[in-house]
Amino acid sequence: MTGLAFLLPVALGLGLAGLAAFFWAARSGQFEDLDGAALRILIEDEDERV
Amino acid sequence: MNALTALPTAAPMSETRFAVEGMHCAGCIARIEGALGKLGGVAAARVNFSAHLVVVQHGTDVTTDAIADVIERLGFPTHLMRERDARGVHDESRALMKALAVAGFAAMNVMLLSVSIWSGAEGPTRTLFHWLSALIAVPAIAYAGRPFFASAWRVLRHGHTNMDVPISIGVILTTAMSLYETATGGAHAYFDGAIMLLFFLLAGRFLDSMMRARASDGVTALLKRLPTDVQVLRPDGTTETRLAAELAPNMRVLVAAGERIGVDGVVETGSAHVDRALVTGESVPERVTAGDEVLAGTIALDAPLTVRITAIGQDTVIAEIARLMESAGQGKSRYVRIADRASRLYAPAVHSLAALSFIGWMLAGASVHQSMLIAVAVLIITCPCALGLAVPIAQVVAAGALMRAGVLIKDGSALERLVEIDTVLFDKTGTITLAGLKPIAGLPEDPAERGALLALAQASRHPLSIAVRDAIEDATAASADDVTEQPGLGVEAMIEGQPARLGRADWVGIAADGDQVATAFQWGTRPVRLIQFADTMRADAPQVMARLKALGFAPMMLSGDRFAPVAALAARIGIMGTAGLSPADKFAFIARQAAAGKRVLMVGDGLNDGPALKRAHVAMAPATASDVGQLAADLVFFGDKLSPVPIAIVAARRTMAVVRQNFVLAIGYNVLAVPLAILGYVTPLVAALAMSGSSLIVVANALRLRGAAK
Repeated sequence: MTGLAFLLPVALGLGLAGLAAFFWAARSGQFEDLDGAALRILIEDEDERV
Repeated sequence: MNALTALPTAAPMSETRFAVEGMHCAGCIARIEGALGKLGGVAAARVNFSAHLVVVQHGTDVTTDAIADVIERLGFPTHLMRERDARGVHDESRALMKALAVAGFAAMNVMLLSVSIWSGAEGPTRTLFHWLSALIAVPAIAYAGRPFFASAWRVLRHGHTNMDVPISIGVILTTAMSLYETATGGAHAYFDGAIMLLFFLLAGRFLDSMMRARASDGVTALLKRLPTDVQVLRPDGTTETRLAAELAPNMRVLVAAGERIGVDGVVETGSAHVDRALVTGESVPERVTAGDEVLAGTIALDAPLTVRITAIGQDTVIAEIARLMESAGQGKSRYVRIADRASRLYAPAVHSLAALSFIGWMLAGASVHQSMLIAVAVLIITCPCALGLAVPIAQVVAAGALMRAGVLIKDGSALERLVEIDTVLFDKTGTITLAGLKPIAGLPEDPAERGALLALAQASRHPLSIAVRDAIEDATAASADDVTEQPGLGVEAMIEGQPARLGRADWVGIAADGDQVATAFQWGTRPVRLIQFADTMRADAPQVMARLKALGFAPMMLSGDRFAPVAALAARIGIMGTAGLSPADKFAFIARQAAAGKRVLMVGDGLNDGPALKRAHVAMAPATASDVGQLAADLVFFGDKLSPVPIAIVAARRTMAVVRQNFVLAIGYNVLAVPLAILGYVTPLVAALAMSGSSLIVVANALRLRGAAK
């Protein structure tokens, strides 16, 4: 039972962290363009190199 | 963010959205964003690949045409998106998604605790786990249940009921009952059931909000197209600028060449080609002279006119169109969506079933506590999880499939209404034919001559010149001197020392045939070329009409154009056609069909189709449509083909078939589970399994629609 007292808050805390991360991601528009995000990684940076 | 460049000044910004066809790879994204980033005045450009959109933030000094032009020149057909105001719907979706996330988080954690209870936790452990479940579930239910509680409270206050009432009562009763069980150390707490119920219902509600109809405000935009001030000619011959509101009939106004006419009237002096596309949908400019009527919203293309006013403001033809559209739109908003119709039957049934089982068990001698537990189990089991998901999931999957096939659904109930249609009507210009005129014969082959023609065509803004220019864009323009445009006649110039003319046939020196839309071209002593124009038919129109006939429709064409071109096109694609219809005639035609019990699909693009599109049961418009056409339409299709029309009809039929199957599945599940609940055999474990099982089946069934758009 002492294990539970430790494990339960940890489990809940991790879950809450996940929830907070989802809220942040949704707020910052990460789910607006799922297909585009997969393609953007292929775009070359064309900024001039110094 | 390689496309984001800061703008030095805090100029007033506006955001414009463009629908872009043909994006298919990372390179396309980079090219579009790169090119737009280089355009002065553009602060940010972002491609949304999933939605085929480009969102551009730009200063108000950059016109949307300039932006669209940049994208077009990269080889992507681009259309300005005229959207009904979507902000309210967007906020609602966002709130629902947050509630969904909270419910999902709570459901997962409560389920973990529930699993250990089901596997045999007893005594103090079970009570501890019940308390922990309550700790998670109660705040989560209070947060995630708000959309349902608020809506249920709203209708209850007015003495009505809807799907949210049994949901709210079920969830609140279940939670209260479970709290009581927990406090008294009882065996069964339904926290997992209550929160999972909310999760599934929110999933359905969220999908539904993505498909929601958006309020239309397009009609007022129509009248903004009229000029706000007008040059009035005083009796003494001087002119003054007056606001449109200060005009009165019988005043005389001056209309400059290239200007939009602000009033209905009769031409007093001058003669010009008038572009009537905005009002009548005719693609060919009409020649007017003294005594002819002109309409507000049309453009005097090539020469100034003096017009005596016959009607202003609310009395003009264009204002009449706006009024027709407004009245037509009111009829359409009365449509009741299928999910709402189902819930009207469902809600009272659920209430009475739960109440009856409570009373039944009381009469049979069970305790209040026992009877209450059974009544709660009935509420949980009958709660419309699968029913709430059945319609939205099918529509969202089908809408995704149609999007990939080039059809954008603007109104969530459009798919439902599309199933009910029995009549298909098409506009001609811009719908069965492509927007704009194309030269069909008479263009020179010789490169030098093509270059000379291009040089002349480039010098004029006349629609026929623009059509010629678009057709021979690949030629290299010759250098031309002394280019002059003769209003009403054409363009002439000296090219390589020889005179060249492009314009009216008799002016260039050839006999003109009255019916044909044509322009003539001659360079030096070479033979005169008569360039003939026609609006080109969408290539697959005959096949589309054949397919519609195979689907059991008798497609018809309603056109504002003259008899001859309508008859020719109708014969070519094998359908009936009606010519010379005014916007009000089209509206009346559809109203008559509706009065006879017909459900009409109207496919049209122009302003003149606006009232008809609004009045029809469902409306579809090509992406090249005027903004009025786009706003009035429920579905918008991209590309040069007409085939999206039957594709959308077939997809809608398949969607409705899946929705019906889903209803059968959801109700079938209830038929099996409700007797068990009434008899008192349903434990929290059974409820959880039944609920998630039926929802998963409904979702899996709907996913079959992924390939529905064929």
